Amino acid sequence: MTPTMTTAARLAGLPAGLDLAAADGEALHPEAAAESPLSIRGLTVSYGEKPAVFSVDATFPDGALSAIIGPNGAGKSTLLKAALGIIPRLSGEVSVFGRPIDAARARIAYVPQRASVDWDFPTSVLDVVSMGLYRRLGLLRRMRSEERAHALACLERVGMTDFADRQIGQLSGGQQQRVFLARALAQGADLYLLDEPFAGVDAATERAIIEVLKSLRAEGRAVVCVHHDLSTVESYFDHVFLINVRRIAEGPVASTFTAGNLQATYGGRLAAGHIEQLRLGGGTA
Amino acid sequence: MHAEFVQLSLTPILIGIFASVACALPGNFLILRRQALIGDAISHVVLPGIVVAFLLTGGVASMAMMLGAAGAAVLAVLLIEAVKRLGRIEPGAAMGVVFTSMFAGGVLLLEQSDTSSVHLDVQHALMGNLESLIWFKAKGWHSLADPAALAALPDELPRMALVCLVVVALTVIFWRPLKISTFDEGFARAIGLPVAAIGFGLVVTAAVAAVAAFDAVGSIIVIAMFICPPAAARLMTNRLEAQVLWSVGFAVLAAVLGYVFAGYGPLWFGGAEAVSAAGMIAAVSGLILGLACLFGPCRARVGQGRDPAEA
Repeated sequence: MTPTMTTAARLAGLPAGLDLAAADGEALHPEAAAESPLSIRGLTVSYGEKPAVFSVDATFPDGALSAIIGPNGAGKSTLLKAALGIIPRLSGEVSVFGRPIDAARARIAYVPQRASVDWDFPTSVLDVVSMGLYRRLGLLRRMRSEERAHALACLERVGMTDFADRQIGQLSGGQQQRVFLARALAQGADLYLLDEPFAGVDAATERAIIEVLKSLRAEGRAVVCVHHDLSTVESYFDHVFLINVRRIAEGPVASTFTAGNLQATYGGRLAAGHIEQLRLGGGTA
Repeated sequence: MHAEFVQLSLTPILIGIFASVACALPGNFLILRRQALIGDAISHVVLPGIVVAFLLTGGVASMAMMLGAAGAAVLAVLLIEAVKRLGRIEPGAAMGVVFTSMFAGGVLLLEQSDTSSVHLDVQHALMGNLESLIWFKAKGWHSLADPAALAALPDELPRMALVCLVVVALTVIFWRPLKISTFDEGFARAIGLPVAAIGFGLVVTAAVAAVAAFDAVGSIIVIAMFICPPAAARLMTNRLEAQVLWSVGFAVLAAVLGYVFAGYGPLWFGGAEAVSAAGMIAAVSGLILGLACLFGPCRARVGQGRDPAEA
């Protein structure tokens, strides 16, 4: 949050992660260094004997929209869930803004796949959004009026204010996805991790979601999406991470989202014609 | 009339209410987690543990019973894993085999052992001994202020009241983590909630409620109360907070009506003897569920009443 400090540290010729301010015991957090919002080292996940994600390194940039891309079963969602500790990992380290993930959970917002929950659950839209306030409210404190107003403001950002009192099962798929995004907004995080946010939503919802994600980027937050629609990668994202069990490539969209890298990621599953339709420049990376 | 009510009916009704509420509260979350049959399972599995505890200690002290029940529950978990791995069959079948076998084992143990001196037999295991939990020393309502009479209350009443109080307190304190992790486990883990510990705590709480209630009112009420009041409550509302309150209301209603119907119902129809209170309480809770299915306002399941064109 205070990039100047890092600059100071760099000027002083100190190694990364070792700040003078922190050494002085000032109230500045070490994670304020310009560390990557999400850095993954040697992550391996296995269902049974076959690895789903194998020894993956990834570094996502701050203040940018990043996409995790790969074919079905390539381990996109698995990578995200294992990084968050939702599913167990065999090995690997994950740091968030330079700190171990468990020390940085307050700075992370997570949007699971819509199909991962039971929408028949007896709860209202506003109730789901206020689940994003849990870390602030704790076990027993009642929601104050300003916290309620904050939850309503988050619903407003996704255009769902009118549905605040609806039971969540009475929403369309796109509306449910927006409610999940509103809950993540209520978390007030610096890093947003979204699992297939555009899957099975209507066009209006897709536009609404990408507008919100772009406004988060404008506020300097980092956004990482598991994404499956290759045709929107260039218009939505700044950074891509290509995965097929192993890391294939990562970097800025312009230089990394190339026909060659896609061929390497999808293998025979993506016909040359599809890649042609994307009108990508450049050959192999 | 009043004196008779306090002496004969007040304590069984109160014990029935506390047992019903203690089981119905965790039942709400178990049903939403698709674990509704855990209560059923627990009440079957613990029987051999309770019998063994009795054979070893020669008494029906609640602590020994709890330990015996807990030991049986652990054994059940190990057996299920063993059947699953060695027999290579699906978990549901493995559980079914283990639960029924252990209950049957408990019944055989009961038959073979001399438990005639205490209220511990097959009938007691199923239906408890609610009608016998009367308050001999009570002379009327004023006995509620008489320390000597209060000291002679049946042990089951303070024990069941305490367990019920603990279950209520745990539900209130851990409301938010329970609700979040029940609705969206992935999100709960992502915000750092100890999801596995919460799930384990819920099952342990349900087990304690089941064992305590089993001792006082038998396994029929336990099985019914874990499922019927919460399931009926779900049909009355679309809010978890209201659902839990409805389930408590239904549990109390079933306990009171069931006891009254068991005691007086047969007389109304010309019968001579009262029927089992535990059986009647369970039957009333089933009737309430049936009425909620027919007339509850929130019966529409997901997919109904949803307009996909709306965006």
